[in-house]
Amino acid sequence: MIPRHQKLLFGILLLASLVMGVTLWQLRERAHKRLIAGQDSAPTRAPEVAPAEQATLLVANDSDSSMRTQIHSLPLPADPGSRARAVLGKLLDLYAAPDAAHPVPGGGSSVLQVFLLPVPESAASAAASVKPKSGDSSSAEFRANTTGAAPREQPQTGPQLAVVNLTGSFAASHPSGIEAETLTVLSICGTLHANQPRITQVRFLVDGQTRATLAGHADLTRTYLAGDAVPAEGTQP
Amino acid sequence: MPARLEIRTFLHAFDRVFLVRLLFWALLSCVAAAQPAPPAPQARFVVVLDAAHGGDDAGGRLANNQLEKSFTLALSVRLRSLLGARGIQVVTTRESDVGVEPEKRAEIANHAQAQACLSLHASENGLGVYLFASSLSPALHPSDKDLSLGTPVQPTRFAAWKTAQTAWVTRSLALEGVLHSALQHAGMSVTLGRTSLPVVDSMSCPAVAVEIAPEMGPDKKVAAGLDDLDYQARVAEALAAALVEWRSEAHQP
Repeated sequence: MIPRHQKLLFGILLLASLVMGVTLWQLRERAHKRLIAGQDSAPTRAPEVAPAEQATLLVANDSDSSMRTQIHSLPLPADPGSRARAVLGKLLDLYAAPDAAHPVPGGGSSVLQVFLLPVPESAASAAASVKPKSGDSSSAEFRANTTGAAPREQPQTGPQLAVVNLTGSFAASHPSGIEAETLTVLSICGTLHANQPRITQVRFLVDGQTRATLAGHADLTRTYLAGDAVPAEGTQP
Repeated sequence: MPARLEIRTFLHAFDRVFLVRLLFWALLSCVAAAQPAPPAPQARFVVVLDAAHGGDDAGGRLANNQLEKSFTLALSVRLRSLLGARGIQVVTTRESDVGVEPEKRAEIANHAQAQACLSLHASENGLGVYLFASSLSPALHPSDKDLSLGTPVQPTRFAAWKTAQTAWVTRSLALEGVLHSALQHAGMSVTLGRTSLPVVDSMSCPAVAVEIAPEMGPDKKVAAGLDDLDYQARVAEALAAALVEWRSEAHQP
């Protein structure tokens, strides 16, 4: 025979357990909602419809290893970095098309970001004397600039370094070969310079990291001089 | 006075000995000049063959599931045999399916102090043979002359590893021209270009990257795939002929 006070104590404990369970569930739901609210990726500003402008693309052609200039009309944002990304997106969309002369899968979404940084005067003069500029000074500067809360104020004139951040899937699916990879790299550099002549140097990242080569051949650790990638009409790189 | 006489006698004797020695040396010099000079030793000529990729790095995937690393190794072995038969010393960066870091490949080439370095590649993209020299800006080579002074340019003691090729770009372009002529002479379609390959950019020798794609026929369509043994043999023969030509050019005064 169970004494009455023990039955009462058991009932109270059971009730307390149920109340605590409900409270914990509610707290969990609240925390979950708070977490989702913190990661909200919805745009804070309504998207603006940019007016269509003419963009110059240097489109590679595998059949004769050439790069030809093509003019396309597409909406371009006012921000130079977004503008560069939009132009490169169009270029890679052309390469991803079924009848592309330089087929590369991936398309416009393969360009994650394009960061524009002022080229230090010392670096500009060094690049003028020796084309490739080894080392990670530019990527270090890029990291410092992106991790900091306030971006450095950029001068309105002077040469710029474009840091093109590509997706890992783009690099992984890129056709392997010196010719194919060189054409891709040079057409990206040439297209950036053709649309924004202030971009004189280009560096590449893949998923935000430096990578030795694009698909086993073309060097992605060096700084490319964008102006050198712009050839005469139909010439080989 | 006898002491003075002794000195005179001694001086006369010294003069005689000196004259005899002088005549002897003059005779020896004449005999030596009359003999033909010994032949100058044959200048050293070394070629470095770099079979690209290897080990975990398979490179591109070619027709019939062939891997680029296997193709380049087979071509390197074939070319080494052809060059060896022509008396050319060959250094290879790999002899089996092993991974070799780009720095190590350049190190092997730079230690060999080679007169020609070929980095061998293959691709299913494109048609014919592609020849690439480094896209680095050419720097003045020690053999070049300062145009303003007419004197040889002094070599720098140290070269940056990643841009060591700058001093050799001019020679690399000349080597590219010789390879171009030989391949065209063998009836192949050749495309010349410049590129930035980490291995080639670190080499301190005349260096060219050779990328072999399927052969282009007269109708601009594929005439022979990369798995065609005859095509492989013709490419290797043409490259060997070019290097023999390059050797003869290198030995010209």
